[in-house]
Amino acid sequence: MSLDTNTRNNLLFQIGEILPEEYLLTSEEDIKPYECDGLSAYQKLPVAVVLPETIEQVQRIAKICSQLKVPIVARGAGTGLSGGALPHEGGIILGLSRFNKIEQIDTDNLTATVQPGVRNLAITEAARPFGLYYAPDPSSQIACSIGGNVAENAGGVHCLKYGLTIHNVQQVTIVTIDGELVTLGSQTLDTPGYDLLALITGSEGMLGIIVEIVVKLLPKPHAVKVLMASFKKVEDAGNAVANIIAEGVIPAGLEMMDKPAIHAAEAFAKANYPLDAEAILLCELDGSEQQLAEQIETVSETLRNANADDIVIADSADEQARLWAGRKSAFPAVGRISPDYYCMDGTIPRKQIAYVLKRISELSEECGLRVANVFHAGDGNLHPLILYDANKEGELEKTEKFGADILTLCVEVGGTITGEHGVGHEKIDQMCVQFSPQELTQFFAVKNAFDPDALLNPGKAVPTLHRCAELGGMHVHNGQLPHPEIPRF
Amino acid sequence: MKTDITPSLLNTVKGKQADDILRTCVHCGFCNATCPTYQLLGDENDGPRGRIYLIKQLLEGKDVTESTQLHLDRCLTCRSCETTCPSGVKYSQLLDIGRSLIEEKVPRSFKERITRKLILNILPYEKRFTPLLKAGQFFKPFTPKVLRKKIPRKTTKGLLPGNSHSRKMLILDGCVQPALSPDINTATARVLDKLGISLLTIKKAGCCGAVSQHLGEEEKALVFMKNNIDAWWPEIESGAEAIVMTASGCGVMVKEYAHHLQHDSEYASKAQRISELCKDISEIVFNEDYKQLNAPEKTKISWHPPCTLQHGQKITGVVEKILGDCGYDLLPVENSHLCCGSAGTYSILQPVISTKLQQNKIESLQKHSPEMIVTGNIGCQTHLQEASNVPVIHWIHLLDN
Repeated sequence: MSLDTNTRNNLLFQIGEILPEEYLLTSEEDIKPYECDGLSAYQKLPVAVVLPETIEQVQRIAKICSQLKVPIVARGAGTGLSGGALPHEGGIILGLSRFNKIEQIDTDNLTATVQPGVRNLAITEAARPFGLYYAPDPSSQIACSIGGNVAENAGGVHCLKYGLTIHNVQQVTIVTIDGELVTLGSQTLDTPGYDLLALITGSEGMLGIIVEIVVKLLPKPHAVKVLMASFKKVEDAGNAVANIIAEGVIPAGLEMMDKPAIHAAEAFAKANYPLDAEAILLCELDGSEQQLAEQIETVSETLRNANADDIVIADSADEQARLWAGRKSAFPAVGRISPDYYCMDGTIPRKQIAYVLKRISELSEECGLRVANVFHAGDGNLHPLILYDANKEGELEKTEKFGADILTLCVEVGGTITGEHGVGHEKIDQMCVQFSPQELTQFFAVKNAFDPDALLNPGKAVPTLHRCAELGGMHVHNGQLPHPEIPRF
Repeated sequence: MKTDITPSLLNTVKGKQADDILRTCVHCGFCNATCPTYQLLGDENDGPRGRIYLIKQLLEGKDVTESTQLHLDRCLTCRSCETTCPSGVKYSQLLDIGRSLIEEKVPRSFKERITRKLILNILPYEKRFTPLLKAGQFFKPFTPKVLRKKIPRKTTKGLLPGNSHSRKMLILDGCVQPALSPDINTATARVLDKLGISLLTIKKAGCCGAVSQHLGEEEKALVFMKNNIDAWWPEIESGAEAIVMTASGCGVMVKEYAHHLQHDSEYASKAQRISELCKDISEIVFNEDYKQLNAPEKTKISWHPPCTLQHGQKITGVVEKILGDCGYDLLPVENSHLCCGSAGTYSILQPVISTKLQQNKIESLQKHSPEMIVTGNIGCQTHLQEASNVPVIHWIHLLDN
């Protein structure tokens, strides 16, 4: 897998012509911090890390890599949770952190033109003086980059009502593996031809390198209220979620945390979460004052009927921010109760929440690993955090098995293996459970159209049929793969 | 995070402490978002998460070179990352361990050694620094440009009030502040006098130890700490209520004496008591009837919260509340969580990054045309004054009418 010496030297010489020494990292000491992204359980050392600053530099680097057949793994802020930016041993990491400028806020068309390394939250901060904001808000929004958000089709608390990244992006400019600059989508809402913008969103760096994005901005809602309901039973909270939506209310956000998550988040955010509750629901409602009053009544009644113990309504912006701060820091806050965690990202139909949570808790007992649940309940996007200790022999393997069982459970109840974090390296094997060989073959065909030599983030997101066969998820007759002419990556 | 610290190191107090800190980090990267150097340089190695990784390699016995040293040197120790970190990683403690380890492993160039030696042997000693500064002020037009801008105008000390109140507190004069801005502590004494508190200066107390600590010279730092504890102790036993800090950089250090001396059988409990009694001047004023000290007129000011106050001591909103209540008009300041680039000796050792941060900070502070900029740490004050069009003063002066 690693690169032969000649190609390596040639590669570094040529990139050295483009970038100053401090932005071409090659020593093991310097590249080690890039060996993983936010999913630190998996690490690989790349050949080099390159940190360009201009689109032209990216184009030239892509051309060099294309000629020398060197894989490129694009990386934004390195906060991804599926190992999407896990390096390739024979390739380079192309870091886009220096692309951190907000180029334009267009208040007439309600868009922002931004470079890919801009932090998600920085867009909202820049739009705030104009009464606007960028809706998708992953919990890591303080740090994650918009380029990474597009590559992974990130979600967030508010995507229940306002959609995922894909619904909030208008135009994306990519550099292809040949170094060509291609703009997908347009400044207008519809574009003739195939919707390639939708294809590139969530493509996990496998079709092109994102170098500029035009995102949609929304006017801030007139009024916002956040309700916090506490429950004695996790299942009751799960049922309340399905009931709220069934009542015809689409909250701006509807989130759930269980006891371990509540305790960890409270330790950091001091949000006044009830520490004796088995679960809490956070429900954000927005709209006009009148709409809000009606919705609050409906939601409160539904919560009470679902056995909510206590309902707190946060009116002030400060109070609301505090309630959300706990939720948004809940993943890393779990670092306070466990040295490592493994975050899953399955999605299930809402009415299955109570059942799936019960099963997860049973599986947790069976394998002896604790779980903290923090998730986007409204859209059925679960994030069970499996708590483990990477320093203990065999514990990661046990964790992976547990995680795989959870995702299989999600698929069994009619859900999917990822809601917003992407497949990356982490869930590649579960793709064999989710998709048939025919479907995977079509994925290869798409990849092939953009990147015939499979140099862009190879080995991620779409498993080879062979890999699935080895896992027993697919039957390969007499060792014959379907469509052997298609390159495997 | 998975760790594999060398067994010989893991058996030491520092090694164990470092391992515990590393294992709270979950590698989420939130810290990078609020790190001034990561924002400027964009390299993982220049953000806290990368530096944690570099220190981990050091502790795991991997080969490290001046590259790791450079990235650790570039850290401002502003601790903005600690405020952001949801996992509660004690980054600055890990950095201290990393810095002192690498100092043993990677030799520095002749020029770097000389610069550091000069800093270590001059700055923390008031008796050495003051005459040099005075000479510098006198010969200012003839000094090299790089130094010239760092030499502030002379200020006079002003009159000290009497020592008549039954409530007594100690105040640390510190090392460079008496020379750079002797009027801060006298203004503090006058303000507290009005609030019914007398301040005592203990002559034998000196540098808090921060300069040495941040340059990886832990042993030297411990000598300063013990000296101060010995100097203050008799007054503590006689009932001094608090040890007041007017430089938040010293404050954060003294508040951590308990941590640094926790394994010292002779000093541990005294250090604990000293750290408990150490208070930033804002904490003292906040608990008194300060509203009697109203502003003579409504002045537009920009407040720069020093990192050692907001991130180190986790004191936020206190000075703002006091000044707002006293009638000052506090202008909004963007990115107030970011360091101004002063960061102790950083402005001398990393001038390029420091100047860039200084420019950015001045731009945000002056955006709404304040009449003056106020802060709470001598380092920030002199550093900002270099580039500011308006006066930069310690906020306590505003209450000293």
